[in-house]
Amino acid sequence: MHNSPIATADQEAHQNPALLHHFATEEQQKDAASLGMWVFLATEIMFFGGMFCAYLVYRYWYFGDFGAGSQSLSVVLGGTNTAVLICSSLTVALAVRAAQLGQQKVIIICLILTMLLGLVFLGIKGVEYHDKFVEHHVPGPGFHFPGHVPGHPDIPINQRHAQIFFSLYFIMTGLHALHMIIGVGLFAFITYNAMRRRYGPDYYTPVEVAGLYWHFVDIIWIYLFPLLYLIDRSK
Amino acid sequence: MSEHVSSLKLYIGIWITLLIGTLVTVLVAGVNLPGPLNAVVALTIATIKATLVVLFFMHVKYAHDKMTKVVIVAALFWLAILLALSMADYTTRLWA
Amino acid sequence: MATAVLQSGERETYLNKEYGIKSWLLTVDHKRIALLYLVSITFFFFIGGFFALLIRLELLTPAGDLVQADTYNKLFTMHGQVMVFFFLIPAVPAVLGNFLIPIMIGARDLAFPRVNLLSWYLYIIGGALMLYTILNGGVDTGWTFYTPLSTEFLNTHVVTAGLAIFVAGFSSILTGLNFVVTTHRMRAPGMTWSRLPLFVWAHYATSIIQLLGTPVLAITLLLVVCERLFHLGIFNPALGGDPLLFQHLFWFYSHPAVYIMILPGMGIISEIVCCFSRKRIFGYTAMALALLGIAVVGFLVWAHHMFVAGISLYAAMIFSLLSYFVAVPSAIKVFNWTSTMYKGSITYQTPMLYAFGFIGLFTMGGLTGLFLASLGIDVHVTDTYFVVAHFHYIMVGGMVMAYLGGMHFWWPKISGRMYPEGWGRLAALLVFVGFNLTFFPQFILGYMGMPRRYWDYSHSPEFQILNVLSTAGATVLAVGYVLPMIYFLWSMRYGKPAPDNPWNAAGLEWMVPSPPPTFNFEEQPVVTWEAYNYDEIKEEVPVAQ
Repeated sequence: MHNSPIATADQEAHQNPALLHHFATEEQQKDAASLGMWVFLATEIMFFGGMFCAYLVYRYWYFGDFGAGSQSLSVVLGGTNTAVLICSSLTVALAVRAAQLGQQKVIIICLILTMLLGLVFLGIKGVEYHDKFVEHHVPGPGFHFPGHVPGHPDIPINQRHAQIFFSLYFIMTGLHALHMIIGVGLFAFITYNAMRRRYGPDYYTPVEVAGLYWHFVDIIWIYLFPLLYLIDRSK
Repeated sequence: MSEHVSSLKLYIGIWITLLIGTLVTVLVAGVNLPGPLNAVVALTIATIKATLVVLFFMHVKYAHDKMTKVVIVAALFWLAILLALSMADYTTRLWA
Repeated sequence: MATAVLQSGERETYLNKEYGIKSWLLTVDHKRIALLYLVSITFFFFIGGFFALLIRLELLTPAGDLVQADTYNKLFTMHGQVMVFFFLIPAVPAVLGNFLIPIMIGARDLAFPRVNLLSWYLYIIGGALMLYTILNGGVDTGWTFYTPLSTEFLNTHVVTAGLAIFVAGFSSILTGLNFVVTTHRMRAPGMTWSRLPLFVWAHYATSIIQLLGTPVLAITLLLVVCERLFHLGIFNPALGGDPLLFQHLFWFYSHPAVYIMILPGMGIISEIVCCFSRKRIFGYTAMALALLGIAVVGFLVWAHHMFVAGISLYAAMIFSLLSYFVAVPSAIKVFNWTSTMYKGSITYQTPMLYAFGFIGLFTMGGLTGLFLASLGIDVHVTDTYFVVAHFHYIMVGGMVMAYLGGMHFWWPKISGRMYPEGWGRLAALLVFVGFNLTFFPQFILGYMGMPRRYWDYSHSPEFQILNVLSTAGATVLAVGYVLPMIYFLWSMRYGKPAPDNPWNAAGLEWMVPSPPPTFNFEEQPVVTWEAYNYDEIKEEVPVAQ
């Protein structure tokens, strides 16, 4: 059982201005924030999970057409993006570590690097989307995806099934990119606070909690990359 | 606050492992493995990478309370329910 | 114990601490947020009820003569969507849960008060989108949004309705998040998990469902919106998609959603039954585990809504079996409430009347669920009024009665006033009689084969007499619902001032003044007693004034 320390109504004179009125101690507040973020990430797992379910069903049904669609994506760009996100996870972990150690300048540098890497990811994503648009692989009236199923030169690609692949591609990566944009915005706000020396060994909860969110978005991509880019690449 | 501070070496080590894992995933994808093995290998590596991020970057290995782990396991279990029971329908539709 | 006093000499409460619209719209006090929710959900309840009345009026005669067919489709759709997403899902957690949980566990507020306020604003935004949808012609997909009807073939406001529910869903998720973290981190010293009131356990179980289920609904609605806007084909068989995929994803949330609606009500009933039997709950551990059991097993049964939709027979058998299992923890609860009352010292105040109603009607609704879980019977009665009666027995006979019982039980605490007991009992009686008259005939109609969502039944005029009874019942029910609105409002001005503990009930919320001060407790309590310690409380329930 988590023992809550005793608080009284006249405990208005807080030592730490970051302590909110309804918590008894900073540790209780930090534990609540941390648990809150983890619970929120659990809901995000289910949010993306619905799309993974749709993906699983159609990959099961239309494996060949999905393979063809997957092969039309750029492994170089996708792989680079994976590496970019992994680097940004490192910089965010280092930012939290710097906060724990009170290294104010390092916090700011690492947060800025994280945001930059996030923007690089989004830039590469933009290039990929542009390529898809130019190649007429965007679902809609102009969709056109000629060719044959990988490993089966006699089976042409079913346009409707291929369009489902690209629909899922855009929705899943689009939602992921939206989460990245929110993450970058979050870190912009936190970097601003870091510049005002708000964080240190006594209080770095926002950095840690935002870091958890960012790592989660990285993990989603860790799964999206093989699932979207590497279906049936050997044929 | 007495939170565990990981060493720089650990973070760099995990980072390099993640990058290597990505490289391996891409290379193996180009090899034609029998049956569903390509997908199995790719997802296994992805899961190892995700586990490393969760344990070390997200500090779950050093978490002092059980609830974090309970929440993660619960979410994954619920996702498994959604995927497994849905696929139970799709994989058995043509049986009858 | 020193109590804060205002300049006017009055004791400071959460109601008089500050006045002005800003102090309400920007409040972070969980009690004020609960009242904001109370006003909003009551508003939507009457909107949903208005649609119900129109449905019942149309069904008075076999011919479709009151409204057009398309309009009728809109009526039952809007009735369902408004009632489910803007009344049933938020009502108990957002009103009673928000108000009571911090006090019941000995905390000053929820873990995240600002997130709590954000929840309310999300609900309001979702509600505004839903009102916009209604005022612009509504939606006629059925509350279930089945594809490809909703994505391809209708020209009504599916997108705005979907977005409205999407936004309201996030309100629900954040409420659940707040409750889970609060229960874990904010309990007072001595308030162990095994001393928590079952009301808190019930909301904890509900929150688990809200957190893990609602996101799937959110993504599904988003996919429907994208499909409708961009003609993607994910759920459209003409474009290679599977309409059953939509149903899987939709029901993955919407079945557990019914447990979101009922579990808080069960928590209320436990509190009321113990107080008005003057007894500790029978089998506290079993009751708590049953709540969790319903929450977990409730996630394993969703495809029982799809038995005739085209899922595989083997999947249908699995889901049928699992659906039988989910009845077990519910049955345990009914047995335990009954055992609690056995050899108790029972009095019949209004909350207890609602509790009796709940136990009987929820049992009937639950048992008819077992009929529906049986594959053979389901083929015969699916999409008939049997199903409609089944879920209204649980939702209205169960959850709404529990909600009203809870509102009466805690009204003295919330408002500082007593409601008029005579009128309370009359309203409870009207609700019970009206409810049964409305919905029991529908079991028979369904069994006789009257389909649901049909605006015209002139091919079967023999259905009319039961429909007339049903509509008559609905009118009585409506009176029963309007009465509490009137006398609750009346009591805020003219009601007898309530003592701290008008029912001599157990629980921390009865140890603070009525209404409570803003920070709930002058000093954080240290709990040394078990829940429902009625054996230590010697006084009886005061007789009706």
